[in-house]
Amino acid sequence: MALLKRLAEGDRLALDFTLDGVPARGLLGDTLLTAVLTCSEHLRGSDFSAEPRAGFCLMGACQDCWVRLGDGRRVRACSTLLEAGQHISREPGRAL
Amino acid sequence: MKSVVIIGAGPAGIRAAQTLVAHGVRPVLLDEAARGGGQIYRRQPANFKRSAIKLYGFEARKAKALHQTIDALREQLDYRPDTLVWNAEAGALDTLHEGRAARLEFSRVIVATGATDRILPVPGWTLPGAYSLGAAQIALKFQGCSIGERVVFAGSGPLLYLVAYQYAKAGANVIAVLDSSPFSAQARALPGLLSQPSTLAKGIYYRTWLTAHGIPVHQGATLKRIDGQHRVQSLNWRNATSEHRIECDAVAFAHGLRSETQLADLLGCEFTWNPLNRAWLPQRDSAGRSSIAEVYLAGDGAGIMGADAAEMAGERAALALLEDIGYLIPPQRATRLEQSLQTIGRFRQGLERAFLFPESWATDAADDLMICRCEEVRAGDIRQVVREGHWEINRVKAHCRVGMGRCQGRMCGAAAAEIIACESQRAVSDIGRLRAQAPIKPLPFGLEVEP
Repeated sequence: MALLKRLAEGDRLALDFTLDGVPARGLLGDTLLTAVLTCSEHLRGSDFSAEPRAGFCLMGACQDCWVRLGDGRRVRACSTLLEAGQHISREPGRAL
Repeated sequence: MKSVVIIGAGPAGIRAAQTLVAHGVRPVLLDEAARGGGQIYRRQPANFKRSAIKLYGFEARKAKALHQTIDALREQLDYRPDTLVWNAEAGALDTLHEGRAARLEFSRVIVATGATDRILPVPGWTLPGAYSLGAAQIALKFQGCSIGERVVFAGSGPLLYLVAYQYAKAGANVIAVLDSSPFSAQARALPGLLSQPSTLAKGIYYRTWLTAHGIPVHQGATLKRIDGQHRVQSLNWRNATSEHRIECDAVAFAHGLRSETQLADLLGCEFTWNPLNRAWLPQRDSAGRSSIAEVYLAGDGAGIMGADAAEMAGERAALALLEDIGYLIPPQRATRLEQSLQTIGRFRQGLERAFLFPESWATDAADDLMICRCEEVRAGDIRQVVREGHWEINRVKAHCRVGMGRCQGRMCGAAAAEIIACESQRAVSDIGRLRAQAPIKPLPFGLEVEP
């Protein structure tokens, strides 16, 4: 199930990516956050309870939307635009 | 040669840049975002097609004017988008651009760092589907998305009605608006609000529109908790008489805005307690001069005044800077800007009366309420440290890590201060000020440093 719902701007070029190794599709102009949360329900697990998180502020302040890319970089999903062929992985977080 | 630098390409930063360029100065304009405009006039990606009216409503003309200004200035500026300023000290800024760190020396700097939502947590606020009001607006404006299928908006402040209206207008299913301020407060605030009749009229328009379209608007309504398994499924709110449950899959909430003051702090600016903002703010004179000779402050980053005031304050601060380095500036223009800023200041006082800060929030917060979402510190953990005899916020942080996580207290700082003040039976102005630390945002490993 998706968390976010697209209301407008649906007429854009589709971009294929993988989410935790599974093929997925977003649109040109999507942030990683939009691309991931329009086809799933969370972005990362929290650092102390592994609870699912899906970002909070969407403006680069809360730091709760970090994901990992195939090249090893960790990026903020809310402020990074999707590129075709990206391998996005979500870190499960850790429980105490 | 050392540069004149502006940090932030929102309404304040863009007008500051324009003013400097008009006098023949070529400033460096640093902005963390890819496209200038700031948050309230944030631009959608280049391949999106919605009109300015669709995106910004009544503010379309202002948004377009600001965007046209930054576009027209590009060649006359050293404009550096996608650039984070992560440290600042006397005479120099440390930046990060595409994974590379660099140091930029400045002769003068205008700090226009903007604001984020002021958050008072409720149980369940870390669940996927719970967002800040600003986040909800960005999802729609910047990405054409709603934060869910059935959305509730809660808290207080002008953004509450604006975002609810924008969502409903865009076709989202808005289930309810829960305004924590009682109607009586808003009636009492009217005299102050009448100093900006057109802004007041817009606020009334949004609310009337929501009611006319059958969207329930509850006043004196407090969001009590958000529930769900792995995502938002319902919430509870209460008013003076009873508690209510709403089925929903998304909720956006905030209580106004808070200034981003970390860079002003690292630059050494003196801070004073500001009762209206209920926050420590860098000192500035009516022109925007800080306590440090080379540092100027403008826009919401120095105190919440809104986008119109930010444009004026950006221009005014740039004029002050120009004057200080020996340029002749038009004195009438400077005076007019300061007078307009004073008028907006009166309106801002009215707003604060209309959207009352929920004074009982800290008393009502249960011990297991999560305050710090980075480090998962609960209200009870903070109270325990206070009971051990600590009341200074930086000491409390050292003991229980509240405000020490990745966001550096941006999301939890205001709430932590309220809990500490309440538990130590001190005024929130008497528990010290959460200090900024570099890097003000996380830096990647393997950072390349430019020679």
